[in-house]
Amino acid sequence: MAVLVLAEHDNSALNDATAKTVTAAAAFGGDVDILVAGQGAEAVAAEAAKIAGVRKVLHAEGEAYKNMLAEAVEALVVPMMADYDALFAPATTTGKNVCPRIAAKLDVMQLSDITAVVDAETFERPIYAGNAIQTVKSSDAKKIVTVRGTAFNAAADGGSASVETVDAPQGPFKSAFVSEELSESDRPELTSAKRIVSGGRALASEEQFNKYILPLADKLGAGVGASRAAVDAGYAPNDYQVGQTGKVVAPELYVAVGISGAIQHLAGMKDSKIIVAINKDEEAPIFQVADYGLVADLFTAVPELTEKL
Amino acid sequence: MKVLVPVKRVIDYNVRPRVKADQTGVDLANVKMAMNPFCEIAVEEAVRMKEKGIVEEIILVSIGPQQAQETIRVGLAMGGDRGILVKTDDTVEPLAVAKILKAIVEAEGPGLVITGKQAIDDDANQTGQMLAALLDWPQGAFASAVEKDGDTLKVTREVDGGLQTVALQTPAVVTTDLRLNEPRFASLPNIMKAKKKPIEEKTPADYGVDTANRLSVVKVTEPPKREAGEKVEDVDALIAKLKAAGAI
Ligand SMILES: Cc1cc2nc3c(=O)[nH]c(=O)nc-3n(C[C@H](O)[C@H](O)[C@H](O)COP(=O)(O)OP(=O)(O)OC[C@H]3O[C@@H](n4cnc5c(N)ncnc54)[C@H](O)[C@@H]3O)c2cc1C
Ligand SMILES: Nc1ncnc2c1ncn2[C@@H]1O[C@H](COP(=O)(O)O)[C@@H](O)[C@H]1O
Repeated sequence: MAVLVLAEHDNSALNDATAKTVTAAAAFGGDVDILVAGQGAEAVAAEAAKIAGVRKVLHAEGEAYKNMLAEAVEALVVPMMADYDALFAPATTTGKNVCPRIAAKLDVMQLSDITAVVDAETFERPIYAGNAIQTVKSSDAKKIVTVRGTAFNAAADGGSASVETVDAPQGPFKSAFVSEELSESDRPELTSAKRIVSGGRALASEEQFNKYILPLADKLGAGVGASRAAVDAGYAPNDYQVGQTGKVVAPELYVAVGISGAIQHLAGMKDSKIIVAINKDEEAPIFQVADYGLVADLFTAVPELTEKL
Repeated sequence: MKVLVPVKRVIDYNVRPRVKADQTGVDLANVKMAMNPFCEIAVEEAVRMKEKGIVEEIILVSIGPQQAQETIRVGLAMGGDRGILVKTDDTVEPLAVAKILKAIVEAEGPGLVITGKQAIDDDANQTGQMLAALLDWPQGAFASAVEKDGDTLKVTREVDGGLQTVALQTPAVVTTDLRLNEPRFASLPNIMKAKKKPIEEKTPADYGVDTANRLSVVKVTEPPKREAGEKVEDVDALIAKLKAAGAI
């Protein structure tokens, strides 16, 4: 058996979602190869070759791969799958965008966002915002799988796989990249942060979100998250959203500030190791999952906490 | 241009799903059902495009039991023109849904399909992308803005790092994210009008699609339950607890 892992990266560094996906792929079994598709991504391919247990790294270059256009990645990966029994990709926005295209072309039903590999045909995945865990067995000849990063430890370093260049279709494709607006931040990236401070609707404005949440996050060396309500209202950028339809996180410490704890939010953070909730409503559902709950007005409690830490 | 909007009937997002004791699935008996929220956003977007004169006709499709007709009616009341109910009591997986939608696209010839990004029951996030692949169309998944510019569609996408804008040749598939728009509530007169709008009834067999599942459900279980912890008196007590737990 052989598994192809789709690498997640920004053309200069490998995202640790890749090493987590390698762990899931290794549990599936067989040889594990990594595909690094990008533009000017030589350093990423070299980094991927160092992940322990990897047989080889396939490196494909092209303009359309710089931003991982779905149509291009489909054209690249579908023929490659003749040599593989499975494709494993991180359940990031890239994996979620491209994998269903590949699955459809191969006439395979994708397994989305898996949290466990039971055996080479059987997988666990959360459904209904994580309120149920489904164990499913796939009867398809090939498996197309996206992997929830919080459910797997990153594979260790120490490998020395070979890097092979592969030809990639160069288009033209029916879609083209126009522009991007990426959030610039020196804070830890949400999905790999050890600590996260998240703010909700209670922050009431972007100014107050920045004034109350950011200093606490800085004090803790934490990444910053938000509820959907805070993002919808423009207090925080879209990529801060934690939840069923945002990012799934599981840091060692998650501090929820002025967040009620709707099931869609809990779906994205309830596997955190320690959860702290600060909310003025003692009945708020967030307290049902919080290890430490502080019933207080955030506008006094948060500055005090930031000050005393 | 015609636009096709697939709408799924799912558990209402306010309901807390309960796993059945026999571990065969989630209990949907007597549970409030509604249109998948991302599909509402898709219908709203189509209606806004029609109001701008970009779209002439909005066709709503739902694949599901007879009651999925109610879901189509909700979309018709929001401004859809007609519906197609593909009736089946089986669970239809995204791959088979995409195949049925492909056959409908071939029969109806829309220039655009707008799906939700994710159904909140199966949390699959697959159907729109699969449909695009089956049709060999480009896709703009997780859209937070859609703008028509001649024959191309500029789609701003919510991605992990922020926002990405792509230009799609039409015909194309767009899948909706939360920030695309805020769906309207249907007015009473529009709800009344929607009752007279046509809904055609079909079956998966009419489209020659085999809906046999590729994934068999071994079991459905409750996630490990997280116990509520304790309330702390004040900030000092919180800091003391976090120190004791080694969290800070
Ligand atoms: C399809 C769909 C997908 C969704 N996906 C997500 C998702 O991925 N992530 C997500 O987060 N949500 C998601 N939601 C939204 C979710 O249902 C809730 O609406 C949202 O999480 C609420 O955000 P909130 O807790 O910030 O706001 P609210 O529910 O309004 O809670 C605000 C809280 O702040 C408290 N508060 C107010 N003032 C103060 C104060 N001064 N000090 C302390 N506390 C105060 C209040 O007591 C309240 O508990 C989704 C919804 C749908 C329909
Ligand atoms: N049974 C269905 N009937 C109509 N539309 C569907 C159905 N299943 C999925 N869809 C569409 O595909 C989107 C994504 O669903 P999924 O891939 O299941 O997460 C939904 O928001 C709908 O627009």
